[in-house]
Amino acid sequence: MTGTARSQLRVLARDPVLLVLLAAIALSIAVFVVYPLVRVLLASFQGDDGGWTLSGYGELAGRKLYRNALFNSLSVGVVVGVLSVALGYLAAFVLTRLDVPGKRLLHYVTILPIVSPPFVSAVSIIFLFGFSGLVTKQLLGLTDFSIYGFHGVVLSQIFTFAPIAYLSLRGVLASLSPTLEDAALNIGATRWQTFWKVGLPLSLPGIASAFLVVFIESMADFGNPLVLAGAAFPMLAPQAYLEITGSFNLSRGATLAIVLLIPSMTAFAIQRYYLSKRQYITVTGKPTASTSKIVSRPVKWILYAVLVLFALLVTAFYAVILVGAFTKVWGFNYTPTLAHFAYVFDVGLDSVKDTLLVAIVSTPVSGLLGMIVAFLVVRRAFPGRTALEFGSILSFAVPGTVVGIGYILAFNAPPLVLTGTFAILVLCFVFRYMPVGIQSGIAVLRQIDPSIEEAAQNLGATTLTTFRKVTLPLIAPAFFSGLVYAFVRAMTAISAAIFLVSANWNLMTVQILNQVGSGRLGVSAAFSVVVIVIVLIAIAVISFAIGRWSRHTSMVRF
Amino acid sequence: MTDAIRISGLNKLFASPDGGTVAAVKDIDLDIAAGKLVTLLGPSGCGKTTLLRMIAGFEEPTSGDIFFGDRRVNDDPPNRRDTAMVFQSYAIFPHLDVFENVAFGLRLRKLPTAEIDERVNRVLEQTGLGGYAKRSPSQLSGGQQQRVALARCIVMEPKVLLFDEPLSNLDAKLREQMRIEIRELQQRVGITSVYVTHDQVEAMSISDEIVVMNAGRIEQRGTPHEIYARPASRFVADFIGKANFATVTVVDGGTLRIGGVEVAVPDLRGLEAGAKAEVVVRPEAVRMAETGQGAFQGTVRRAMFLGNVAEYLVEIEGIGEWLVDVANPAEAHMIDVGAKVVLTPSPSSVHILPDRERLVGRPASSRPGRAG
Repeated sequence: MTGTARSQLRVLARDPVLLVLLAAIALSIAVFVVYPLVRVLLASFQGDDGGWTLSGYGELAGRKLYRNALFNSLSVGVVVGVLSVALGYLAAFVLTRLDVPGKRLLHYVTILPIVSPPFVSAVSIIFLFGFSGLVTKQLLGLTDFSIYGFHGVVLSQIFTFAPIAYLSLRGVLASLSPTLEDAALNIGATRWQTFWKVGLPLSLPGIASAFLVVFIESMADFGNPLVLAGAAFPMLAPQAYLEITGSFNLSRGATLAIVLLIPSMTAFAIQRYYLSKRQYITVTGKPTASTSKIVSRPVKWILYAVLVLFALLVTAFYAVILVGAFTKVWGFNYTPTLAHFAYVFDVGLDSVKDTLLVAIVSTPVSGLLGMIVAFLVVRRAFPGRTALEFGSILSFAVPGTVVGIGYILAFNAPPLVLTGTFAILVLCFVFRYMPVGIQSGIAVLRQIDPSIEEAAQNLGATTLTTFRKVTLPLIAPAFFSGLVYAFVRAMTAISAAIFLVSANWNLMTVQILNQVGSGRLGVSAAFSVVVIVIVLIAIAVISFAIGRWSRHTSMVRF
Repeated sequence: MTDAIRISGLNKLFASPDGGTVAAVKDIDLDIAAGKLVTLLGPSGCGKTTLLRMIAGFEEPTSGDIFFGDRRVNDDPPNRRDTAMVFQSYAIFPHLDVFENVAFGLRLRKLPTAEIDERVNRVLEQTGLGGYAKRSPSQLSGGQQQRVALARCIVMEPKVLLFDEPLSNLDAKLREQMRIEIRELQQRVGITSVYVTHDQVEAMSISDEIVVMNAGRIEQRGTPHEIYARPASRFVADFIGKANFATVTVVDGGTLRIGGVEVAVPDLRGLEAGAKAEVVVRPEAVRMAETGQGAFQGTVRRAMFLGNVAEYLVEIEGIGEWLVDVANPAEAHMIDVGAKVVLTPSPSSVHILPDRERLVGRPASSRPGRAG
């Protein structure tokens, strides 16, 4: 093995630029992904006096508040996971396999929650079902109904995470050839048997994988619990935040963060190293008609109705936010007003600018770095390749709360003091949101014949030229999704960012949270609308730019 | 301009999944004269593509040296070796049009635009792509894509041209046409070329020399005629074309005994009386008739009409089953299965395999060869 490593290094050394690039990437992943996690782990074993102790964990096990927080987070994660996957599978099945009207529109409405800030559904739920909610107070006249607690969080998280399950299951279903179902029907299976014995088992690894992804997201979710959990229903992520900002107990926060990290990492490990190798891909090159015959007409329309209902609810949530942003005091005074937007562009203008700047700086860095890492991992052999790949996508599984605490611990004191700066926000976003670009880059690159890049090298291109002129144009779709994801997340991030904002650098999502906290829902709705509009404009701009750029490369200049 | 290639003591070990190593290429020594086209021929897994990729610089040799002319190129990365390779999958840049695909390497050399235009257009004309400069690769047929890949290499005027099974994705007719084009183009530009293929007909039709590889080693090297008529081993005889084998005993200075029948053979490769050896006889070197005199008696077990020849499987008493080709069967009539026939091998085509030690432990009966 060492012989292999040595010969790989010998080959790399012939391309010094590549070697330096590789070293720089490895170093920054170590510093900005791994090191903060190590600091959290260490802090969780330190007492108030700085000595090594297990008392943090002892206290955690001893106090009911923390036991409840763990139990609540886990049970919400499991329930949200199951329901989101059920809804996601249904949506994916209807939209990939059935011949129903309005598929495109339904697709976009279903994934809309992915591109919106984390509070949209939480704020909408308060608008609709809160103490002065439209449904609860105005329509039903309820006075003793409380949306806060388990049901509120679950409801809000389903709207936030079911679209993620849908997207991942859509990919799973699209890669299973419907001819297998046809074959089962052809040899005499009933529709129910076909679904039960063929369709479901084939998509089971994908279903389990989607469940774990939603579970990880739910465990890590910070915004929905903070708004909707309420004091009587403690959950891990907000609790860790409160320990640090409320009681200034950094080591307790770190201990909670580690407890939060364990289930997430376990789910991630299962998803990545067990399930991903068991997914079936049965699509061959042959085009097949993809309409499923395993549902009867009534069942088909029932499934369709459920999906349309979900889409209508999503639309309602957004309509409520939009109306709320223009409404004086929700629940009491429905006079239209521009006052909330005036506030956003007056008092909140700095946070709008800061958010945009952080997003605009971090997005291209994150997107490009993701493509470079994907290229290196798939196309170049070097010692520690697996470690680099793991390190670079690790942050996907680490809850933002843990990252935020880690960054405070790691970059608050020399040698690297970054807290309160613009840089810490950008660095956090770059390394946190790179994994999606890397994953899709790796997936796309694995399907591209490596000899295309070898041909470029053979004709005299260096590794970097090959990457710039051949690889990047070929993986433009992955580059696009990496950029969009990085931008959307930079605009909508809260869980890690809330630890890193300062008086000088503040973000809109944190503003939304503050406004919700102080009961000014109208202003938070206005902020949300602004975020959504910026995100939609950015997606349009990025897709236009990528389209132009890939056309332009048909005439290369070096 | 073009370089001779010298390879000495080349080895390539790959790590195998079980933790050990697998030798893909073993102790290869090979000299290729400047301007020649040499084919590496062998079954899949014989190491021919690995050897080619080491010449191109895509694989790192475990040991051994590669020289282009006097220059040792082991430490040069692929982009500085000045080779040009035609890939099995063509590897055309899908995001560039035909002109830009061909111009790619020249632009990297930062040549003046006018010179690039002139050279690219000339090569496009040479390869019959004159009207296609602005086409996108996806609008081209397989044969045209093949030509783009070829043009992209030729335009570089490289020291060495490399071909990695370039015709394996084309249909039979086009394959025949393209190999003629490649051969003519190579002879015109006179660039040293290494051509990898598993197709023996392709190898024979385009090569100055063929290097037959098996399990990482060179089995034999020679002109197409030498390889076919005088195979160095049973493997080569079997891989190139179809072959009939038989174990023989030397009777005297000019006679062999095959299956109890004595046959006069001009060249006994210095074998003494009483020695045992294995011989190869090609199916077309056996004359077959239903009546009259012949060396062997046999029975037809299978008869196939292939157009230009009829191929018969004949069971010969005391030897086993042989393939026999009869030319121009459309004019004569086909011999029925079950018919008794007489057979006579052409004496000068009875080739004694040199590797006698391989004979040890081999069953006396021979088997019919298979198509390469």
